[in-house]
Amino acid sequence: MKKIISDIKLYKHYISINLRCMMQYKTSFFLSAMGQFLTSFNVFLGIFFLFQRFSKVEGFTYSQVLLCFSILLLEFSLAETFARGFDTFSEMVRQGEFDRILVRPRGEIIQVLGSNFELTRIGRMLQALVMFFYGILNSGIDWDLMKILTVFCMILGGTSLFAGLFILQAGLCFFTLEGLEIMNIFTDGAREFGKYPMAVYGRNMLFFTTFFIPYSLVQYYPLLYLLGRRASPVYTILPLAAMWFLLPSLALWKLGVRRYTSSGS
Amino acid sequence: MITVNHLCKSYRIAKRNPGFTAACKALFHREYEIIHALKDVSFTIGDGEMVGYIGPNGAGKSSTIKILSGILTPDAGTVYVDGRVPWKNRIEHVRQIGVVFGQRSQLWWDVPVMDSFELLKDIYSISTPQYNKSLEELTALLHLDELLRSPVRQLSLGQRMKCEIAASLLHNPRILFLDEPTIGLDAVSKLAVREFILELNQKKGTTVILTTHDMQDIEALASRIILIGKGQILMDGNIDSIKKGSATIDETVAELYHSYEVV
Repeated sequence: MKKIISDIKLYKHYISINLRCMMQYKTSFFLSAMGQFLTSFNVFLGIFFLFQRFSKVEGFTYSQVLLCFSILLLEFSLAETFARGFDTFSEMVRQGEFDRILVRPRGEIIQVLGSNFELTRIGRMLQALVMFFYGILNSGIDWDLMKILTVFCMILGGTSLFAGLFILQAGLCFFTLEGLEIMNIFTDGAREFGKYPMAVYGRNMLFFTTFFIPYSLVQYYPLLYLLGRRASPVYTILPLAAMWFLLPSLALWKLGVRRYTSSGS
Repeated sequence: MITVNHLCKSYRIAKRNPGFTAACKALFHREYEIIHALKDVSFTIGDGEMVGYIGPNGAGKSSTIKILSGILTPDAGTVYVDGRVPWKNRIEHVRQIGVVFGQRSQLWWDVPVMDSFELLKDIYSISTPQYNKSLEELTALLHLDELLRSPVRQLSLGQRMKCEIAASLLHNPRILFLDEPTIGLDAVSKLAVREFILELNQKKGTTVILTTHDMQDIEALASRIILIGKGQILMDGNIDSIKKGSATIDETVAELYHSYEVV
């Protein structure tokens, strides 16, 4: 218990020192954040023009798709902000910074998490929030407590899922020493194909994204619940099931650390 | 007390011929070469000793330091540092040691040095009175007063190195590993760093293990040197016993390297 409290204290300290570093470069921060905002705006436009031609995609309306996308984007941005250390981990290994982590009396995970927060992603989060509120207002959802809870579970589950992907990517780089571009299919790629509810891509894709990399658990199924197409309250907590993905990711990471300490590279 | 017995460590390194064709081949079929970084290394270092650990590039110095500081697990052999096996209980072990990598910074580049120190206070869970005491001592000995409030990126290399050393000592470790602490420093900074290390060793009895290529560091600091080459300990002894006549220390060491055929 004492350890957890001191870890939380340390984590807060890491956030604070990262903020202080960031504030040294005000202009750069605002420009990057604005860039993030505008890039995501493109996607928004893309969906908008698509729906100028087609009024519905697989039975989902414009604002419903937007809602779906905005939540995924929010989760992705949160994961990128808080798990940035894992996202850029290959750099850390290559520069020997990981040695420094190993000579400190703290867990490796908290130190990697603390090493880097990508706070410029706040631009993207803002964009996500704009779309989110637009979606909420126009999707014709009957909001109740369960549905609000569902949204929270989606955000928690989805952020964990993306964080898990970053950890997986970091774990793999112990074995290859390169940042793996293939992992971008699952991280940045998910941001792209996550625009539309997963069922749009067919049964096989739905199966894959339910049981292997569980995007559907945080996107498609809870969306059905939000829209009133499913009634079971199981859908409220279903997104949390996506957290299982953290287990194999962390296991691989631990394996990687063990390998690192035996090979030194 | 550090006891190292029959330490062995080898790495597997991918080898390929130069050129594009070879690079393509290597994509599918790798050939590996086993490098024996450490071959049966043994030594003992007592409390409060100051030891220069020297040898040409690639001799196995950093492998030894990495094993002693708990970063690497050896293939064979035993190591006890104050009764602890470094790689078995990493977190307990590293609490008691300080490590300075001369080529790498542990300070946060964009914020005042003080901010990095405060973070280290939390990382090592140093109590406030203990922290204040260490900070006061280190500030006085290393003349840091002026530096603590400047961002690291505005410090000179010498100033930064002083802060790096202080950062590694805030938790008051019993053993300090210094990996090329004077690399790239000007004469004044070098002298200041040496003077400080000497004082630390004499006043607090901190055990210091120093790797360097700067033989004047060794001459000024180390009462004992351990010479390693090609993964083996070649010599372990007093600095005066290896110095012959009026030859400078650099010449003496170069001669040693040649006589053992390690370069």
